[in-house]
Amino acid sequence: MHEFSIALSIVDIAADAAAKNKIHIVREVEIEIGQVAGVIPEALEFAWESARKNTLVAEAVLKIRQVELEVRCHACGHRHKPADLYGPCPGCGEIQPEIVSGKELRVIAISA
Amino acid sequence: MCEHCGCTDKGAGFSLINPAKEDHHHDNGHSHHHGHHHAHDHGHSHEAPHETLQSGRIEIGTDILSRNNLLAERNRGYFDAKGIVALNLVSSPGSGKTTLLERTLTSWSGPPVYVIEGDQQTTLDANRIQATGAPVIQVNTGNGCHLDAEMINKAIKSLNPENDSLLLIENVGNLVCPALFDLGEQYRVVVISVTEGEDKPLKYPNMFQSAQLCLINKTDLLPYVDFNPENLKSYARKVNPDLRFIEISAKTGEGFKGWMAWIGEVFVKR
Repeated sequence: MHEFSIALSIVDIAADAAAKNKIHIVREVEIEIGQVAGVIPEALEFAWESARKNTLVAEAVLKIRQVELEVRCHACGHRHKPADLYGPCPGCGEIQPEIVSGKELRVIAISA
Repeated sequence: MCEHCGCTDKGAGFSLINPAKEDHHHDNGHSHHHGHHHAHDHGHSHEAPHETLQSGRIEIGTDILSRNNLLAERNRGYFDAKGIVALNLVSSPGSGKTTLLERTLTSWSGPPVYVIEGDQQTTLDANRIQATGAPVIQVNTGNGCHLDAEMINKAIKSLNPENDSLLLIENVGNLVCPALFDLGEQYRVVVISVTEGEDKPLKYPNMFQSAQLCLINKTDLLPYVDFNPENLKSYARKVNPDLRFIEISAKTGEGFKGWMAWIGEVFVKR
């Protein structure tokens, strides 16, 4: 589904960097996916196989670093690492989470 | 294959159709089927040009959705400068978005209004909108499951809207993917019909969290289904405490005063 268009964007970003740095064969593309980024790592790996074809990153392995969700309660400041964004704060019971980490969707690096 | 001109869909391509002009414009959004790679208009890159580097690790740090987000911000800037209010209507397939738009347009007596329709295939929805007299562009996403900022950017250029107008975007019927893609809209309106489950907001939280208004449609069917709007609102408020609700029937017109008043309110505030 949309993992394919995300894989295409990763190819764009990585191949662009490879071209700028005169890298002819990219061996690895490292990306970061947050727990609530809305992307399923397995689906992205599957999409990667198609998306990378006939580009500068055609040989590259996708290395995924997953980032845990951490939130700070807007009401009381309590920080914790919940399973999702929809439960009450353990400190005060409000549902007003601010995301500290967990929404990342970034290309970290490429390696030749 | 495109039924208008016989060209092949290149995987990630989309097409724009203006039903009024029968004109047909193809766009291959991402062209990834070449042997080499072109530099695109990206946000920014961090690395300075190096000498030939055959091994080693280059740090990048670019946000993957940056291309869509940056284009969405450009769309937003365009709307802001021209005093255009853009609404992104999202929902499951079959919630009644197109019928809702038809009734909205036929009873509309305000500023100029424009429509962008999104579907995988056909101009069926755009034809219905065109019959109301409103200028409309149909985006066919092909295999795509959501509208994105680039499609809106291209459709807007085709529509060429006046200043101080309203733009209604009917997204592809899909309660999952459109939540992830900023189009540059001012407000996102999630439509749910009473024939769907009350607990949808819990099952599809991203969509309900990203919206500002929830339209509960098909209220004319309430006597026949086990749907309690108050339960829906309570579930939805768990994932989005600030979500507003309007109950309507696009078929009978019930509740439309409230919907039109909401549009009027956001238009004045733009």
